Amino acid sequence: MVYFLALLAHLAEWSLLRKVPVEATAEAREPVAVGAGAPLDPPPSATPDERTTERVAMSARLGLLLTVLAAAVHLVALVARGMAAEPARVPWGNMYEFTISGTFVVAALYLATRKRFGLAWMAPIVVGVVLALLMVAVIWLYQPVGPLREALNSYWLVIHVVSAIIATGAFTLGGIASSLFLLKDRAERRGTATTTGYLARVPSTAVLDRVSYRMHAFAFPVWTFAVLITGPIWAHEAWASYWSWDPKEVWAFITWVVYAAYLHARATAGWKGRNAAILALVGMATLWFNFIGINYFSTSSMHSYADAAVIAPAEVPVVD
Amino acid sequence: MSTDQQQRPAAAPDPGSRRAGELDARELGRYVWRQLTSMRTALVLLLLLALAAVPGSIIPQESVDSFGARQWKEQHETLTPIYERLGLFDVYGSAWFAAVYVLLMVSLVGCILPRTKHYWRAARAVPPRAPRHLDRLPDHTSYVVAATPEQVLETARAELRRRRYRLRPAQDGEELTVSAERGYLREAGNLLFHLSVIVVLVGFAMGGLLGYKGGVILLEGQGFSNNLTQYDDFVPGSLFTADEMEPFSFDVDRFDVEWLTEGPGQGQAQGFEAGLTYRTAPGEQYRTYDLRVNHPLRIGDSEVFLVGHGYAPVITVRGGDGEVAYSGPTVFLPQDASFFSFGVVKALAAEPQAIGLEGFFYPFFASLDGEPFNVMGDDQNPVVSVNVYTGDLGLEDGESQSVYILDKEDATQLEREDGRPLRLDLAVGDTVELPDGLGSVTFESVTPWVRVQVSQTPGKGIALGGVVLALVGLCGSLFIRPRRVWLRVAAAPDGEDGGTRVDLAALDRSGGGDTAAVVDDLRLAIVEALHPTQEDR
Ligand code: HEM
Repeated sequence: MVYFLALLAHLAEWSLLRKVPVEATAEAREPVAVGAGAPLDPPPSATPDERTTERVAMSARLGLLLTVLAAAVHLVALVARGMAAEPARVPWGNMYEFTISGTFVVAALYLATRKRFGLAWMAPIVVGVVLALLMVAVIWLYQPVGPLREALNSYWLVIHVVSAIIATGAFTLGGIASSLFLLKDRAERRGTATTTGYLARVPSTAVLDRVSYRMHAFAFPVWTFAVLITGPIWAHEAWASYWSWDPKEVWAFITWVVYAAYLHARATAGWKGRNAAILALVGMATLWFNFIGINYFSTSSMHSYADAAVIAPAEVPVVD
Repeated sequence: MSTDQQQRPAAAPDPGSRRAGELDARELGRYVWRQLTSMRTALVLLLLLALAAVPGSIIPQESVDSFGARQWKEQHETLTPIYERLGLFDVYGSAWFAAVYVLLMVSLVGCILPRTKHYWRAARAVPPRAPRHLDRLPDHTSYVVAATPEQVLETARAELRRRRYRLRPAQDGEELTVSAERGYLREAGNLLFHLSVIVVLVGFAMGGLLGYKGGVILLEGQGFSNNLTQYDDFVPGSLFTADEMEPFSFDVDRFDVEWLTEGPGQGQAQGFEAGLTYRTAPGEQYRTYDLRVNHPLRIGDSEVFLVGHGYAPVITVRGGDGEVAYSGPTVFLPQDASFFSFGVVKALAAEPQAIGLEGFFYPFFASLDGEPFNVMGDDQNPVVSVNVYTGDLGLEDGESQSVYILDKEDATQLEREDGRPLRLDLAVGDTVELPDGLGSVTFESVTPWVRVQVSQTPGKGIALGGVVLALVGLCGSLFIRPRRVWLRVAAAPDGEDGGTRVDLAALDRSGGGDTAAVVDDLRLAIVEALHPTQEDR
C-alpha cells in the first residue's frame, strides 16, 4: 500500500517533469518564432531563413511529442491511482483526483482536436494551464489514496463525473480560445496588432470565435447531460431528492445558464463577438469557482467530498 | 438567419418613434409582448436568472440547511429581518426568483409559438433560387471540368442527393443551376429543446407541489408506518394531501456498518446496511429488503432512503426513591465524522426533582493527557459524558420543545464539591449515584439508529423525460449544420473542348460551420464522379 503511494507520487511528479520540457520548448519556440513566422501558418510578410524555420519546426514537433508522452504518462498515473485503491475504483473520489483527471481531459481533448481545428497555436497555453493546475493539485490538494465514501460508490458516479470532467475540459479549451479572441480583438481595435509575437500567430478573430463556439457547442450538451441528467439521477439515489439547491448544484446550474446565455449571445445582434466571448469567460469563471471555490466557501454542500456527511440535527418537537 | 431576422424588429423598436403616450393600449401590449419575446430580453433574463441563483448558495437556506439558517440568524441579528423580508432564506421559493423564471417562461412561450409557425412553413419550402453572383458568397469556388453542362448538373444533383440535401426542382430560367439545402432539423431540434425546457419545469413544479419528503430517525428494532404522525420532520408540497401517502410499514431489524480500521481511509464507515422487513399495506405479505446508500427501497410511488445513522445510548435514570424515571435508548446526534455525538436525556418523572442530562457520546473513547477524545465511529469503547441539571427543565409551561435541546434557563446545574460542574463519565454497565440523594444514572448499552427519508416525487419521470428530450433537441440544434449549396454551370469561357465552367458556393446558416470544407469536398466529389482518375484544374 505504502509502496503504491510512493509510486503514485512519483508518477504524478514524473508527469509534471515531463511537461516541463514541453513548456520550455514551447516557450523556446516563441522567441525563435518572432519575425520568423510560426511553423504551421507563417504570416506572409516574413521570409524565414532556413535554419530558424527548421529549428522552429523541430521544437514544435518535439513539443507535440512531449505533450503526447506527458498525456500518456498522465493517463498511466490516473489508472495507477485507481488501481492503488482497494478495491480498485475510478479515480474520482476527491478534489485531487478530480483535478488530475480534469487536466488530463484538457490535454487529451487538445491533442484529439488539434488536427481537426488546427489548434497548434494553442499549445503553449494549454500545456501551461495544465501544468499550473497539476501543480496546484499536487501541492495543495494532494490526498493519499483511499476508498470511496459510501455515497460516491455508484456507477452514476462514473457517468456523472466523466461527463462533468469532459465538459469542464472542453469549456476550458473554449475559454482559452475566447480569451485569445478578446486579446486579439482588443489589439485590433486599438490598432496595436503587430505582425510578430504570439498574438500575431494565433489565427484571425473569426477563427478563434469559431473554435470557441465549437468547443462550447460540444461541451454544453455534455454538461447538460452531467449536471441535469446524471447528477439528479444520482442525487435521487443517494440523497433522496433529485434537486435540492445544494450550492454545488446551484453553481452548476448558474454555469449552465451562463453558457446558455453565451449561445444566445452568439445569435443576437449586438452581442456577437466580444460580448459573447466575455460571457464565455464568465461561464468559465463560474465553472472553476464551482469546482474549487465552493468546497472552501460552503459548509452545507453535500458535495464536500472532504468530510463525511454529518447529519444536520432534525428539529423534533415534543408533544406533551 | 431566419430566427434572427424575425427577432430583429423587436430588438430595435419601431423607428417611426411616436412618443409613448401616443400608443394605444393594444399597441402598447404588442410592443411589450415583442420586447418580452425578443432574443435580447431572453438573454438578459437568462443572465438575471443566473445572478438570482447566487445568493441562495451563499446564505444558508431554510429548505436546504435549516440548522445552518438558524445559526446564521442567531449570529446576524440586524441583517436577519431585512433578509427575511427579501426572502433570502428561501431564495428558490421567493417571489422575485419566481418573477425571473416566470418572465423567462412567458418569453419562451412567446418565442416558441411564432417560431414553430415559421418553421412549419420553412420546413416545407423548397430551397431558394441561386443568387446571381455566386462569387460574392464567402465560400465559393469556380473551376472547369471536361464534361458537358448536363453531365455536371446530373452528377452534382446525384452527389447532393446522396448527402441528403433537398433540391430545388428545376424551373424555367434556372436550367443551369442547382439549389440545395439541408439541415432542416436543426430548427426542429432547437424548438424541441426550448419546448422541453417547459416540460422539465412542469415536472419539477409537480414534484414541488404534489410531493412530500419526510425524515425519521429509527432505532434498530423499531418500526415505522407511513403516516404523518410518525415523522420527525415533514416537508409537504403546497398541494399535497395526506391521502396520497401510501399505507406501507416497515421494521428496522438490524443495522450494520463496516469500519475501516487501517489504511488512509481509516475511521471511515463503509457499507452501511439496514435490514428491513416491510409490507406495502396492512394485511399484505411481509418482505425483506437490505436498505443501503444509493439503493433506495421503492414501494409504489414512494421511496425509502437510508440517509444517515448514529448511536443511541441506552440510559436509565432513577430518582432518589429508586424508581426508574427514564429508561431507554436516547438518540444522540453525530457532531463530526467520527460520530462524536451530542444528546440530552430528560427524566421528568424523577422524584424528588426532575433530572436532565446533557452531554456527549464517544463511540470509541480514549484519553490523551487527560483530554478525552474519540478515536473513530466504531463503538469499540462507548462512553457517555454528561452534565447534570435538576429543577425546572422548562417543560411545565407546556411549550413544545425539541428532544435534542435541554431548556436550562431555570434549571440548576449540579456541581462537584470544588464548585466545578459535575460531569458523569460512564462506560457501558456503569452506574453513578447522583449527589444529594437525587438518584442514579446507568449506562446500559448502545443501540444504533438510522435516519431514513421517505419521499414521493411525482413528475420526476416527466422532468427526466424532459431533460432527455432537451438534450436530444440540443444536440440536433448544435450539431446539425443547416447549409445551402448552389451550383451554376456554363460552357467554359475559354472555349475549351466540351469544357464546363462550374461555380460552386455554400452558405452556413448557423454561423458556426466551416463551409470552405463543404465546398472543397463537393468539388472533389463531382470531379471524381465525372472523371474517376482525372485531376481537376
Ligand atoms: C429557459 C430559457 C432558455 C434556455 C435555457 C435557452 C437555451 C438555449 C440554448 C442552449 C440554445 C443553443 C442551442 C442552439 O444554438 O440552437 C438556444 C438557442 C436559441 N434560443 Fe434559447 N433558451 C431559452 C429561452 C429562449 C427564449 C425566451 C427565446 C426567445 C426569444 C430563445 C430563442 C432562441 C433562439 C432563436 C435560439 C437559436 C440561436 C441560434 O440559432 O444559434 N430562447 N437557447
